[in-house]
Amino acid sequence: MTSIFRKAYFFLIGLFLSLPLIVVAGVSVNQKQTLAFPPQGFSLSWYGEIFLNPEWRNALFASVTLAMLSAALAVAIALPLSWFLWRRIAPWANIFQLLGVAPFTLPPVITALGMLTFWATVGFYGQPWTAVVSHAIFFVTLPLVTLSLGFTSIDRSLVEAASTMGADERTIFRTVVLPLILPYIVSGYAFAFVLSLNEYIVAYMTVGFTVETLPIKIFNALRYGYTPTMASVTVLFVTTAAVIFGLVARFGDLPKLLGAMSSDGK
Amino acid sequence: MRREPPQTLGDYAPLLFPAAMLTIFFVVPFGTMIAVSFFQRQQGGFYTPAFVFDNYARFLSVFFGGVLGFSLMLAIIVAICCVVLALPFTYMLTRMARKVQVVWLVALLSILSLSEVIIGFAWSTLFSRTAGITNILVALGIMAEAKALTPSFGAVLTGMVYQAFPYTVLVLFPALVRLDPTLTEAARTLGASPLKAFFTVVVPALRNTITATLIMVFIFALGSYLLPQLLGRPQHWTLSVLITDQAIYQSNMPFAAAMAVFLVLVTLGLVALTVIAGRKGEAA
Repeated sequence: MTSIFRKAYFFLIGLFLSLPLIVVAGVSVNQKQTLAFPPQGFSLSWYGEIFLNPEWRNALFASVTLAMLSAALAVAIALPLSWFLWRRIAPWANIFQLLGVAPFTLPPVITALGMLTFWATVGFYGQPWTAVVSHAIFFVTLPLVTLSLGFTSIDRSLVEAASTMGADERTIFRTVVLPLILPYIVSGYAFAFVLSLNEYIVAYMTVGFTVETLPIKIFNALRYGYTPTMASVTVLFVTTAAVIFGLVARFGDLPKLLGAMSSDGK
Repeated sequence: MRREPPQTLGDYAPLLFPAAMLTIFFVVPFGTMIAVSFFQRQQGGFYTPAFVFDNYARFLSVFFGGVLGFSLMLAIIVAICCVVLALPFTYMLTRMARKVQVVWLVALLSILSLSEVIIGFAWSTLFSRTAGITNILVALGIMAEAKALTPSFGAVLTGMVYQAFPYTVLVLFPALVRLDPTLTEAARTLGASPLKAFFTVVVPALRNTITATLIMVFIFALGSYLLPQLLGRPQHWTLSVLITDQAIYQSNMPFAAAMAVFLVLVTLGLVALTVIAGRKGEAA
């Protein structure tokens, strides 16, 4: 297609995608507690507010803790499963792969409601750790897909060579498989981490009345009093996501990772 | 080391933890939800085990029919808008330098991972009277005075297209990367304009991909639970919003669960359609 048309099209799409973020970034530097745009005055105090105001700081802390733990648990579930599927011929075990992808494919409100009824039935409703488990299950798809892709890219003759030289299963995993699969573990963890950080509905339905994560805090602020802190948190979130995905792209093969992700998702 | 079937019981050990986690925390909750959908609702937000179809019978009301119809229509419009916008975009993106591609992909992923709360907040700010886009139009002298553009159907639609657009690009991306570049080259050599080559060669070659993408974006849009609430009026609420509302604010878990089961059935039916569309694509 002609280059002028292409440039114009990309400019318009870029504008559409960035416009809300530009306005939010503008709102976040207002001097007074108003959501005016263009901003009136200039102040970075709303960024300080995230860390200084105990309510926002607690929400930030809750979100980061939840994201770190749930992403780790998701990887802990995905790694043995994808290793087993790569190492063994057991077609029926694919059912667990399917179970891992299902929560992500279905509308999120369904997983959220399932978790809510489950935790309420077993009597743990509202406990902070239930959100960690719920998020880990909800996002297990991401490490599962990156790891499955990672395992298929391992040259089996390497493993075979190690085995011929007398290495046992444990040694092979530690010295050959793990180093090769590490980048995929990291990117799977990164995807799960960023999405967990932003997740609202599952967190809200499991621990919404006891713990305030940042998305829940923003939602509550939307209903009970606007403050530019919402805007500064948004900017912080977008920047965090961009930095993390930028790092994944820098140290991994992002187009390849995405090429496989979407075809697996089908 | 070749792949081999598990020999001893010990070989199954790695499967133990993932299988237990997925069964206990996904299969069981899902089953619980289905069970609750048949329970009897009690006054005051409680429910007792029973086996009644009352919760499903409520689907037959005019109100529910309206919500369902609106949800489906909204998701279809979002899916069509996204694919129409994303197809040429992704096509051109796959033909760009790798570095440029990575930058766009990082940006798209960042937006895709954004919370619905944040997207809703950003667009409600952009559409507001005090900070909104209308202020720019006033400054340019196009409009007389700033006004709020939300809540409205247009605001809901814009927000949802914004949310689903990066997803659409990422779903289309692998298929378009693999598209044989010689196809368009041949068309160009034979004298077709770039635009004509796109519509007569690329689009038909991707017919099945486009169908599958439409369905996937449709399912994605069906899952939107906050944007209709934040940017629209109550008549713009979708099934997902209604489920949340019934579960949290009306404390009617059995009815919420019944609607969720229904939504699962719709989704699974569509996934099956996608798979069939994909099979056809392989055969062709």
